[in-house]
Amino acid sequence: MNPFRKCPTTGLQVHRTADRLIKANAVAATVALLIGGVAAVLVLLTRWEAVLLLEAEMFYRMLTVHGMNMLIFFIIFFEMAVLYFASAVLLNARVPAGRLGWVAFVLMVAGALMVEWTMWTGRADVLFTSYVPLRAHPLFYLGVILFAVGALTVVGHFFAIITIARREKAYEGSLPLVTYGALTAAAIAAVTLLHGAIIYIPTFLWSLDMMNVDPQVYRLVWWGLGHSSQQINVAAMVAIWYLLGALTVGAVVLNEKVSRTAFVLYVLFISMASAHHLLVDPGMGPSWKVWNTSYFMYMAVLASMIHGFTVPAGTELGMRLRGAAQGLFGWLKRAPWGDPGFSSLAFSIVVFGFVGGITGVTFGTEQINIIAHNTLRIPGHFHATVVSGTAMAFMGITYYVIPLIFRREIAFYRLAKIQPYLFAAGMLVFSMAMTFAGTFGVPRRHWDIGFSQALFRPEFSPTVNLIMGVMAVGGLVAIVGGAIYIVVTVTSVFFGRRMAADDSGLGASGRGLPPGITSPPRPLVPEDAEGLKPSGRLGPVPGTMVLVFIFLAAFITYYFVNWKLLSFLWEVG
Amino acid sequence: MYRTGIEPPERVWWKKVARHEKVWVWIAFAWCMVLFAMMPIWHLRGGQNPSGIRHRVDPADFQARVLEFVQEYQVGTDNGFPVVEPPPGGDVYLQASQFAWMPVVRLRQGAEYTLHLSSLDVNHGFSLYPLNINFQVVPGYDYGLRIVPNEPGEFHVMCNEFCGIGHHLMVGKIIVEPADAVADAEGGDR
Repeated sequence: MNPFRKCPTTGLQVHRTADRLIKANAVAATVALLIGGVAAVLVLLTRWEAVLLLEAEMFYRMLTVHGMNMLIFFIIFFEMAVLYFASAVLLNARVPAGRLGWVAFVLMVAGALMVEWTMWTGRADVLFTSYVPLRAHPLFYLGVILFAVGALTVVGHFFAIITIARREKAYEGSLPLVTYGALTAAAIAAVTLLHGAIIYIPTFLWSLDMMNVDPQVYRLVWWGLGHSSQQINVAAMVAIWYLLGALTVGAVVLNEKVSRTAFVLYVLFISMASAHHLLVDPGMGPSWKVWNTSYFMYMAVLASMIHGFTVPAGTELGMRLRGAAQGLFGWLKRAPWGDPGFSSLAFSIVVFGFVGGITGVTFGTEQINIIAHNTLRIPGHFHATVVSGTAMAFMGITYYVIPLIFRREIAFYRLAKIQPYLFAAGMLVFSMAMTFAGTFGVPRRHWDIGFSQALFRPEFSPTVNLIMGVMAVGGLVAIVGGAIYIVVTVTSVFFGRRMAADDSGLGASGRGLPPGITSPPRPLVPEDAEGLKPSGRLGPVPGTMVLVFIFLAAFITYYFVNWKLLSFLWEVG
Repeated sequence: MYRTGIEPPERVWWKKVARHEKVWVWIAFAWCMVLFAMMPIWHLRGGQNPSGIRHRVDPADFQARVLEFVQEYQVGTDNGFPVVEPPPGGDVYLQASQFAWMPVVRLRQGAEYTLHLSSLDVNHGFSLYPLNINFQVVPGYDYGLRIVPNEPGEFHVMCNEFCGIGHHLMVGKIIVEPADAVADAEGGDR
């Protein structure tokens, strides 16, 4: 049998091994999402004081389960699928070491199962961060190590696929931007996973009483894994933004140099991210904190602000070139809002930027961290980045991966269309409420802020109870959105209507296929550029120009409001 | 000619940047410089910085110092915890352990103290309620923070770093006496 199949929709030559590896990793990711999602419901209904569902011990256990499954297993399995897709599929390339790919997958599954066993049996109630000297069962640490070794193998495999594709001339010219972005994600993953090895191997030995690990050094190196790995998510997410833009509306790349430089900026300063978590720690001094928390003078923030411009601008320009040129926002009006790929893209950009990005930079400021560290503001921030941003983008691309790779139609397509709306709206309310509650000092990772069993009992104002209720409602809406995603994808993949090998899906609207497949954006011709007249002072992408300045105004406001809040406190230093 | 992000561009993609894109990049760059400058500026001009006096300490030594501090300045008890009132300008020792803050501290408004935080066992989080002042408490490290309480009242110290099964029970207390009340009391003594 020919090891390649020709994709009838895109014309790409898809290596069948890549197909299978993508499927396996995507399925594993979805299983982890399901487990993490069940834990999310339990955690949410416990933090909602009116319900207080779980007992304390079970709450901390489920919080551990939620963190590990979502932030490690779901995200990284999905990223492995993204790496295979961005290399082998987009480059028409072969997967050189299929068997190694399966060994890596088995290692990751075995590691994940070990961690699951220790968590569910109460042998690892140490939360996601497992700060030494809190102690978990040795198999917890060993499981993480195996999982990381598997992931590191896939990263190496990805580099091999790209190298071989180039040598065998599977594609002409340079790497496509999406693959380039995935390449930076892979480079970051390599650095990150090395930090993981540096910290988890000694910690594993410590759990066997074979050596000592300093708690502060643990925090330093662990966050070299824990935060840097969020930068894998960011780079992978931005690559998917470009991918979704291309598939749904034919978004163009304004300037390859700018977008690629921005991706490189993510890689260069990656190890410094650890500092965000150590700003109010006793182990480091102010100059170390200032220098590192800023990622070398905010160059990674600059990178995100660049992508925050180029992705919507590329979308706007791509649509204007194809005729949607009316007014400032005619392109947004004409955009395919019923395409779950496109709506996911739009919500991912907006919530990641406006909520996740702005809060992240603000809380990561050395002094402002005093009023943010370990409060609910922190999970408020990262649910806006890694959930509303990364997971939202991953969900959006799934609606294209199902027909293109699994060769199935999307089941319950009408539900799939509203899924991004529910998930994005729920997460937006949830993360903003969380962030707001955190400004009152509500701690994160806390079973009962009613302090029903404590000797001293601080009392939060009724406002806080109200905000926590709003948070719970937002969270429940998001969970419904997440549940729809799981039902739709699992049903599609295992029971969805199969597409024949030569079925491109073109022109078949109403069939459970997103419009980017049934009526893909037409290819551009040189004449398109002539029809586009620059509209005055705002240039060729006036709509995006307005949007980014609204963003900047929101950013500046939030940032300085936080300095003002800080200045009211006791003097401390 | 424009391409999408999934089409391979020509080998040389190092092209001139259009004006409006360049403008945004420079504006973003300028904002990043503002973000960077604010932290050193606050060290010079602002009142709230997490610098502190930081050094390693053996947990047993820290515990001994806390006991000494309690013996010297204890003025009462609250819920079984000693209440300690150190002289203004002095050192305050607050010990974190599973699952309590020890001792209860009474301070004076407007006076300056050095608050030493450390843990005897695992990581804990110092979170002063309702002010929302937060610091990490790491075993083996003494974090000495200069503080000036600017308002009187009863404050709670919540633990906001997960420290084990009793994490949510870990609440301590800091009382700040109003400046004038203290002055009156002292005047009466004389």
